[in-house]
Amino acid sequence: MDFLLSFFNSLPGALGQGLAWGVMAIGVYITYRILDVADLTVDGSLATGGAVAALGITLGLNPWVALLLAVISGMLAGLVTGLLHTACGIPAILSGILTQLALYSINLRIMAIGSGASTKATLALSVDKQSLLLSSRYIREVSFRNPLLLLLVLTAAVIAVLYWFFGTELGCSLRATGANPSMARAQGINTNFAKVLGLVVSNGLVALSGGLLAQYQGSATVDMGRGAIVIGLAAVIIGEVLLGKVFINFALKLLSAIIGAIIYYVVITLVLRLGLESTDLKLLTALVVAVFLTIPYWKGRYFTKTVRKEGVRNA
Amino acid sequence: MLELREVRKTFNPGTINEKRALQGVSLTLADGDFVTVIGGNGAGKSTLLNAVAGVWPVDSGTITIDGIDVTRLPEHKRAQYIGRVFQDPMMGTAATMQIEENLALAARRGRSRGLKAGITAKERSEYRELLRILDLGLEDRLTAKVGLLSGGQRQALTLLMASLVKPKLLLLDEHTAALDPKTAAKVLDATEKIVQRDNLTTLMITHNMRDAIAHGNRLIMMYEGRVAVDVSGEEKKNLTVEQLLSLFSQASGSDEADDKLLLG
Repeated sequence: MDFLLSFFNSLPGALGQGLAWGVMAIGVYITYRILDVADLTVDGSLATGGAVAALGITLGLNPWVALLLAVISGMLAGLVTGLLHTACGIPAILSGILTQLALYSINLRIMAIGSGASTKATLALSVDKQSLLLSSRYIREVSFRNPLLLLLVLTAAVIAVLYWFFGTELGCSLRATGANPSMARAQGINTNFAKVLGLVVSNGLVALSGGLLAQYQGSATVDMGRGAIVIGLAAVIIGEVLLGKVFINFALKLLSAIIGAIIYYVVITLVLRLGLESTDLKLLTALVVAVFLTIPYWKGRYFTKTVRKEGVRNA
Repeated sequence: MLELREVRKTFNPGTINEKRALQGVSLTLADGDFVTVIGGNGAGKSTLLNAVAGVWPVDSGTITIDGIDVTRLPEHKRAQYIGRVFQDPMMGTAATMQIEENLALAARRGRSRGLKAGITAKERSEYRELLRILDLGLEDRLTAKVGLLSGGQRQALTLLMASLVKPKLLLLDEHTAALDPKTAAKVLDATEKIVQRDNLTTLMITHNMRDAIAHGNRLIMMYEGRVAVDVSGEEKKNLTVEQLLSLFSQASGSDEADDKLLLG
């Protein structure tokens, strides 16, 4: 009974984490599912978003402006990865790894701006001293300060904007690039531009998520993005496996990534209550992604009914 | 309409896999020419079409479409002049997108793509009409994913997409080769109709000599990266498979190639 109570007690927290990471999962959905590129920049750009937002707030900027700057910084990171891939001909995965690695150094520098130190690995935020858009402190409060409210509104806005964008001519050219690049080029689509644009949009969203997370948990750290790509993939894949058959509409597909992120954090909360250490989570996340990626593959390979080949007998 | 001058392309130069695919191809197509292209495996037929489409840059020579030098233009920029149908039915369409979305993508070939709607209600009704003419029952399945269609349906759809915005040049790369004979005949029939209707300048590769003779006003045969035979006008109209084979033997200086050509 105690266990159940403490589990239910921690559900709002899981919901908040899930929503904030859900924005990041949508970014991963854009590269992984729409553009068909596994973009590893996100581990770095999430922390960049957190660092820039936290820095802006520390320096006294309006938190919305700080969040906007965070988004722009993520977009720049995506631009670098995109140019490394398209203009320099480096494979997409390696381009992402290079940007991610470089961002580690850059993030340490960003967080030190204005502090006198040359590098800094953590930037603490406090809802008492600074004006933050959201904080996990009010997660169980029934008021407008509850972070779930802002997260729900922002998530809905992100889905709405992306739903509109991917229905435009430009958005359609991105989808075509991911679906069939040679067809896209034959129809006059600059597939290199489309890939860069997709990476820019995706990393902008990832940085937005980082900026929200830094405020939500009260600090930006240089390693807050470590393993983010795997968490994002976990959210996308869990959402697809559970809801892929029901959610056909594009907006619902984006929503399923958010729901996937929430489920992921509920499960994480559950296993933490069961006695696992938080340092075990990376192993657990990797296992979840490996299992959920394996299921559809094995289903197709080992569990399909063999079609009888009529022609073979007559041949 | 199309002019190739001394076009050369070598794949994997300087390696053991070096392949001199185009060895100085010169070819001029007049406005409205419907040229069928035949030749054995590795003769350079597909390479010729890919060179025109700009899939990769050529080593030397120039390619001009309607007076515009496109030799250095990337593939997506040349697309404004060119409609293409590929051999592989999977190549010409986006499987995970709807029929109407594929058509809408094709309707914007050669135009800049901005933040206007990717497809409008007016377009939808136009596409329904166009698909009705195709007579494959696709007019009621506008929102179906193209991945659900058969190879023949996909090729017919790709053909429609290639001609949706009238191209200066239509490139057909063995577009019926992967289809069963009945479907192939249907797609070829649709091709003939569209080419006649819009008076399209067309290059069509085929592996079938009878098709090559039956369609178009001109026939070229490729051999070892060059145009070996080029017949047009009355001579083309009265051509038989036997004559074609002997023409080829003369050009290549060997009879052995007959089988290779027929089978290839």
